[in-house]
Amino acid sequence: MSLEVNGVEHSAEVEPRQLLVYFLRENLALTGTNVGCDTTSCGACTVLMDGRSVKSCTVLTVQADGAEVQTIEGLADDGKMHPLQDAFHTEHGLQCGYCTPGMIMAALGLIQEGGDLTEKDIRLGLEGNLCRCTGYHNIVKAIQSAADEMRSPASA
Amino acid sequence: MSRASTAPVAPPVAPPKEGVPVQGGVGTSALRPDGVPKVKGEFAYSSDMWDEHMLWGATVRSPHPHACIVSIDITDALKHPGVHAVLTHEDVAGRKTFGLERPDQPVLASERVRYRGEPIALVAAAHPETARRAAEAVHIDYEVLQPVTDPEVALDAATVALHPSGNVVRHIHIAHGEPDPEADVVAEATYEVGMQDQAFLGPESGLAVPDGSGGVDLYVSTQWLHVDREQLAASLALAPEEVRITLAGVGGAFGAREDLSIQIHSCMLALTTNRPVKMMYSREESFYGHVHRHPARLNYIHGATTSGELVFVKARLVFDGGAYASSSTAVCANAATLCCGPYEVPNALIDCYAVYTNNPPCGAMRGFGAVQACFAYESQMDLLAAKLAMDPVELRLRNAASTGTVTPTGQKIEGPAPVAELLTRVRDAPLPPPGSPGTPDIRELPGGVSNATHGEAVRRGIGHAAGYKNICYSEGFDDYATARVRLSAPAGEPVVEVHTAAAEVGQGVATIQLQIARTELGVEAAVLRPADTSIGSSGSSSASRQTWMTGGAVKTACEAVRERVLSTAAEVLGAEPGELYLSNGLVMSLELGAVYSLAELLGDTVVEATREYRHAPTSPLDANGQGNAHAGFAFAAHRAVVDVDVELGLVKVVDIATAQDVGMALNPQAVEGQIEGGIAQGIGLALMEEVQVIDGVIRNPSFTDYLIPTSLDMPPVHADVLELGDPGSPYGVKGVGEPPVISSTPAVVAAVRAATGRALRRIPMRPDDVAGLTDRSPAGEAPREPR
Amino acid sequence: MDIYRPASWSEALEVKRGAPESVPLAGGTDLMVDLNFGRARPQALLDLTRLAELAGWDRDNGRVRIGAGVTFTTLIAELAPELPGLAIASRTVGSPQIRNRATLGGNLGTASPAGDALPPLLAAGAEVEVASAARSRRIPLEDFFIAPKVTALEGGELIAAIVVPVADGPQQYSKIGTRNAMVIATVSFALALHPGRRRVGTGIGSAAPRPLRATEAEDFIGGVLAEHDLWSSGAPIPEPASARFGELVAAAAQPIDDVRGTVAYRRHALAVLARRTLAWAWSDYRSAA
Repeated sequence: MSLEVNGVEHSAEVEPRQLLVYFLRENLALTGTNVGCDTTSCGACTVLMDGRSVKSCTVLTVQADGAEVQTIEGLADDGKMHPLQDAFHTEHGLQCGYCTPGMIMAALGLIQEGGDLTEKDIRLGLEGNLCRCTGYHNIVKAIQSAADEMRSPASA
Repeated sequence: MSRASTAPVAPPVAPPKEGVPVQGGVGTSALRPDGVPKVKGEFAYSSDMWDEHMLWGATVRSPHPHACIVSIDITDALKHPGVHAVLTHEDVAGRKTFGLERPDQPVLASERVRYRGEPIALVAAAHPETARRAAEAVHIDYEVLQPVTDPEVALDAATVALHPSGNVVRHIHIAHGEPDPEADVVAEATYEVGMQDQAFLGPESGLAVPDGSGGVDLYVSTQWLHVDREQLAASLALAPEEVRITLAGVGGAFGAREDLSIQIHSCMLALTTNRPVKMMYSREESFYGHVHRHPARLNYIHGATTSGELVFVKARLVFDGGAYASSSTAVCANAATLCCGPYEVPNALIDCYAVYTNNPPCGAMRGFGAVQACFAYESQMDLLAAKLAMDPVELRLRNAASTGTVTPTGQKIEGPAPVAELLTRVRDAPLPPPGSPGTPDIRELPGGVSNATHGEAVRRGIGHAAGYKNICYSEGFDDYATARVRLSAPAGEPVVEVHTAAAEVGQGVATIQLQIARTELGVEAAVLRPADTSIGSSGSSSASRQTWMTGGAVKTACEAVRERVLSTAAEVLGAEPGELYLSNGLVMSLELGAVYSLAELLGDTVVEATREYRHAPTSPLDANGQGNAHAGFAFAAHRAVVDVDVELGLVKVVDIATAQDVGMALNPQAVEGQIEGGIAQGIGLALMEEVQVIDGVIRNPSFTDYLIPTSLDMPPVHADVLELGDPGSPYGVKGVGEPPVISSTPAVVAAVRAATGRALRRIPMRPDDVAGLTDRSPAGEAPREPR
Repeated sequence: MDIYRPASWSEALEVKRGAPESVPLAGGTDLMVDLNFGRARPQALLDLTRLAELAGWDRDNGRVRIGAGVTFTTLIAELAPELPGLAIASRTVGSPQIRNRATLGGNLGTASPAGDALPPLLAAGAEVEVASAARSRRIPLEDFFIAPKVTALEGGELIAAIVVPVADGPQQYSKIGTRNAMVIATVSFALALHPGRRRVGTGIGSAAPRPLRATEAEDFIGGVLAEHDLWSSGAPIPEPASARFGELVAAAAQPIDDVRGTVAYRRHALAVLARRTLAWAWSDYRSAA
C-alpha cells in the first residue's frame, strides 16, 4: 500500500490490523499524534485524511491506501509555524498539551470546511476533542484568532 | 480575567531593586517554554519514548475485587514466541510492597488480591500484542472471596479485616470549643460524593532502560520523581543512585500520577531481560491503573443562632479509600481540618475516617479532601439559610473567616482570608442575560445538540459557594524543594540555567521557574534543564505547592548567585555590594546607573548555587485534632448560573463567576488557565463524572461512558483575581490550582437546587435525581458514635 | 487476521460468499473500538470503504436510496430536505471526525440499540436492501434488528443500501445524554408525521435490546388525529392525547438499568421526548398548512 503523509509519499507493507495512528507513530516516527482513549472519544489522535478530520485510532492503515494524510508535523511551512500553532502558543491554548495536536488538526478541518466560525460554531466543531486542562476558553480564543488571520485577505 | 490589587498584608520580598523589568519576568504572561514543541507535535511525552531494541510490557490483573490466589502458572505464557520474561511476586527483589504513605500495596499480588485490576504478573515481549496475548495465558487460580464494598460495613468490627492493621486507614477526631453548645436553629443532612477520575488525557506510560551494571534509567510521567525513586529502589533492592528517573512529557496528572503505576514493573522487566522495556496503558487499563478521588459519605449538623451566627458544626465523614492506603491519610486530614469551611465556627466536633474496602484504591485528585467536604458544608450553609429564611450569601458573609480566624484545629489564619470580599464580588458580578426568547439555539439549552428541549420546562437557577484549601504539605511533614541555578556567559551573553526536579504536568511550573530566574538575575535568556533525580527533590506537583515551593527554591538559589556576582562586582569596582543590582544583563549602581556588562564581569566563570527551600514548619494534630497543621490557605468563591430542564433533569451551565485570591499572579495567563480548567473539573463532578463501581467492579472504564465536559459543556467564566500577598511565601504567592475545583461544584449544585427545588445531596447529580424520579440523597441520620 | 479490500461491489459479494465469517468494515468507528478493546478478534475483515457503488444516494419515485457507505457528514449536508429526521439524528452522532467516517450502513450493521440513525429510519418506514452474490432482497427495517448486534443478514449477505420514503411531513429526533455533546443516547426517540397516509411513525432507541417502533402509540395518535380530523383542521392536539401518546411510547420500551441510565428514567424521558417531538412536528405541520 502507499499513502501520502504531509506531502511525502510512503509505500509500506503493513499488518492488516495496524491502526493508522500506530503507522504514523511507529513506522514514520511522527509521534505528535497522540493516543488518549482507544474509543474515538478524546480526539487526541485527530489527523486530516483527504482534507477531513478523522480519528486515526479507528482507521486501519490499509484503509488509508491512496489517501493524503496530514498530521501536526506537516503544518509548519518551512519552519514557520502555522497560524493555528502560533495562536495556541500565544493564547495559552494548552497546558499539558496532550490534546493539542488533535485539537489543532480538528480546528484546521473546521476552518477548511469554510462555514461560519462564531464562538459557538467553534465549540460545536470541537465537540469531539476533549481537553482536561484548560476548560477550552483559550483554545476557542486561539482558533478564533487563527481563523481570522487565515481568512483575512492579507494572508490569502 | 480582571485583576484586582489591594494592598498586601505584608509586603512581598523586595524585588532586586529598581530597573527596567526584564522581559518575561514575574508578573508577566510569559509564554511557556514547552509551548512551541507542544504545538508542533515535537514534545516528547512518556508515550513517545522509544528504543530500537525495546520490549513491551503488559500487566496481568485480577478479575476479582477480593480473592485468595491459589496458584499462578506462567508456563503457557512463557511458551509464546516473542515472550522474553514473565514475572510474578517471586521476582520482586526487594521490598514486596510499595505505597506513598505506607507500603501496604503489593508490587505484584502473592496471596490475596484486594481490588479488581490488581497487578499479579508481568510480561515482556517483542510486540505489544504478543505481550497482551501472553498475559492472557498466565493461568491464575483464585478462591473468590466476598468483597467488602461498603465503607460503613468495612468499619464494623465484625467485618473481615482487609489488612493486618484492620480496616481503618485513619481516624481523625477534632474537638474544638464547647462540647455541647446550644443552638436556636439546627440543620442536618447527609451527603454523598461519587468516585471521580482525574481523566488526564495521556495514559500511564514510560520506558525503563537497564544500564548494564545492575542499575536502571526510567523515563516516565509522574508528579514526584524522588518519591518514585525511593519506592523503586526499595522494591528493586537497589541503591537510590542506581535508579535514575527523568521526567518524560506528562499528559496531565491532577493527582493520578502521585502513586506508582508502571514504574517498578517496567524496571523489573528491564532488569530481568536486560533490554529497554516500554509500558503503556490503554484507557481501560488506566482506569484500573491509578487511584481515583475518594467517594465519601458526609453527615453534618450545623447549629446557628436565629440571627445566623454559626454556633457549632458536628460532622461524621467517611472516605472510601479502597484497597490500599495511597494518600488516604492526607485526604482524611484535609477533609477533617477543612470540613467546617471558610467560616468562623466556635465549636466543632468532627470524626473523619478513611477506610479500606475492596473498591479501587483512592488517593490524590486535585483539591483532595477539600472537594468532598466543601460540597457538603456549602450545601449545609444553604440548608441552614433556608431554615433561617436568610439569603444564603448573607449567611455566609455573616460567618465569613478573615485574617485571625481560628480554625477548628485551633490554628489562627495568619495570611489574608478575604472570604467576604470574594463572596461579595461573585454575588455582585453582572448576571448573564436571560435565555433568548424566540427561535432557540439548542446549543444554548440543556441537552445541547441532542435536541431534547426547545425551551420547554427550562428554569434558571443561581447558586453560590465559597471554599478553601491548605497549600503545601501539612502536619509537620518536612516539605522542601531544591533548585540549582547557574549563571554564565558562554557566548558573550549572560544565560541562566535552572535545574530542579519539579514535575511540569501542564500547570506551568516550568514557565514560573524561568520567570523567577529572569527577574531575580535580570537576565532574559533563561533555560530549564530536564527534571530528573540528579538534583535534590522538589516535592510533588500537588497540593498547589510548586509555585510556592520550587518557586521559592529557584528564587533563593538566584539570590545566592546574585549575591556572589554583586560581591565580585563590588570588589572589582571598589563599591559596596548593597549599592549594586542586576538589570537586563547589566550590573547597575544606584548612583551611577549601568556600570558593568554582566557578560563581561562573568567572563568564563560560572556562578552556581544549589538551595533548598522550606515553608514555615507545621505541626501534627493532637488527640483532639488540635494543631497548626497547615502552612497556608487559599480561598475562592463561585457563582453558578444554570438552566435546567426540570422535566428531563438535564443541565446547561450558563455562566460561572469566580473570585480567587492568588496572593500574586506570577503569570496572569497561566492563572486564568488554571482557574478555567479547574472549574471544568468542578462542573464535571457536579453533573456527570463518576467511576461507577458495583460490587467492586468499575462499570464504565472508558471515555465513552466516563464523561468529562466537552467544549459545549463549559460556560463562560468571569474570573476576578485578587492578589493580596501571603506573608509566608515567595512574592506572596498562593497556590492557584486547587481552589477552582473546590467551590465550583457546590455552586453548580446550589444553582440546580434553586431551579428545581430538590434536595440533591449526592454528586454527580444524575438526570434521574434532577428530574425528581429518584432521590439518591442519602438518608439524614444523626452522626453516630465511632465504633 | 486477514483483510480483504475488494475494488467493486460484485467483488465484495464474491469475497463474502467465499469468506462468510469476514466482518464488513466501513468507517470503522464501532468495529475498531471493539478491536482496540480486544472484544472482537475477527479472522478476517472485509473493507468496503473503497466501493464507489456504496458511496452515493439517489432519489427515485418518492424514495431515497442511500448507499450503505454514505457518511453522516454527507447525510447532513445533502439529505436534510428529503429526510429531516435522519439529518437531525445524524448531527448528534459522535463528533465531526466520527461523522466524516461513520456510515449509515455501518450504523445498521452494528445494530446497537443506541444507533442514532435507527429510530428516524424506523419512523420513516425504511427498508434495508441487502445483497449476496446470488440475490438481492429488501427487509423492512423493523424486521432487520433481531437482538443487540444481531441482524437479519444471512451468511454471505452485505448491506447494500437503505431505502427511505421521502418525508411527506415534519420529522423530529431527540435524544438524552448526560452531557451537551458527543454522547451515546441514554434514550432516543424519532417521530415522523405522514400526512399523506394519515399516520404517525415512531422509533425508539436505547430502550430495548433493539430499536423499536411504538406501534400502539402510533395507532393511538393516528386515531386521535383522524377522529377529530386534525390533519385537515390543523387544530392543536389535545393535551391528554399527547400525554397518552407519551405513555404509550414509554410502555413500548423494554429498558434496562445500565451505566447510562435507569429503567424508570428511560421510560420517563421517552414519554417526555414523545410528547415534545409530537408538539414540535405538529406545530411545523400546522404552520406549513
